Amino acid sequence: MKVGVVTFPGSLDDADARRAVRHAGHDAVALWHGDHDLKGVDAVLLPGGFSYGDYLRCGAIARFAPVMSEVVDAAKGGMPVLGICNGFQILCESHLLPGALIRNDHRKFGCLDQRLVIENNKTAWTNSYEAGQEVTIVLKNGEGSFVADEKTLDMLEAEGRVVARYVGNPNGSQRAIAGISNEAGNVVGLMPHPEHAIEDLCGPGSDGLGFFTSLS
Amino acid sequence: MARVVVDVMPKPEILDPQGKAVLGALPRLGFSGVTEVRQGKRFELEIDGEVTPERLAEVEKMAETLLSNPVIEDFAVRVVS
Repeated sequence: MKVGVVTFPGSLDDADARRAVRHAGHDAVALWHGDHDLKGVDAVLLPGGFSYGDYLRCGAIARFAPVMSEVVDAAKGGMPVLGICNGFQILCESHLLPGALIRNDHRKFGCLDQRLVIENNKTAWTNSYEAGQEVTIVLKNGEGSFVADEKTLDMLEAEGRVVARYVGNPNGSQRAIAGISNEAGNVVGLMPHPEHAIEDLCGPGSDGLGFFTSLS
Repeated sequence: MARVVVDVMPKPEILDPQGKAVLGALPRLGFSGVTEVRQGKRFELEIDGEVTPERLAEVEKMAETLLSNPVIEDFAVRVVS
């Protein structure tokens, strides 16, 4: 598959994301925030970082980047879209996913190897995993605390849209939610970074690779 | 020219870690008697011409679309001059 990785001003993990995509056997296509062009890709990844310096709110400015109107249309048309960390924040600000991400309750930037449970393995990005599988991937953020109102949280739980849940709760996320999907399951937002856990040499293992091999 | 102020505050039910950090710092500096601090944002918009109800409605739209995230924040718009 051709997987586009968007670079915004302030993106940090776009190169790692492209590498993870290639590692999983796909073609990585660099996409630019300022272009109204998805270059014919089959899936889009919004990487981590601090788009537009995280000014105003994380993801608030990136949401209005030219490329995002194409991403939003494609997502609504069923294209697989994965937002990692800052990408998750952008998907929430774009209203492709419900809720929001606020500052960690302990007020510190967290950087650790985090255990998660993959609860929904039916999404476009998690079907390489077993339901209930425990994985360890990197978590690194300052504003990773997932919040939504009770009604939205209940809906996400009832519809099986909690894609990944933390083992323990590293940042005060409501119901320890680490990742969610949209109703159709093609759009997934995830706070931890699977692209940093694709091989033993430079990460906590290769548990993250499944997010990229799930695409087919 | 007129100045319109938009105040954006985290919703009461949303945890405000920044406000909590400020609250924690006050007693360390010898200030007492403060029981809660909530931290928000203030935007000052210089508006060309007169502030008509239509212009004000437009500022409300700006506040809703960009200046605040209604999932986690409330906003209030007021004309100051």
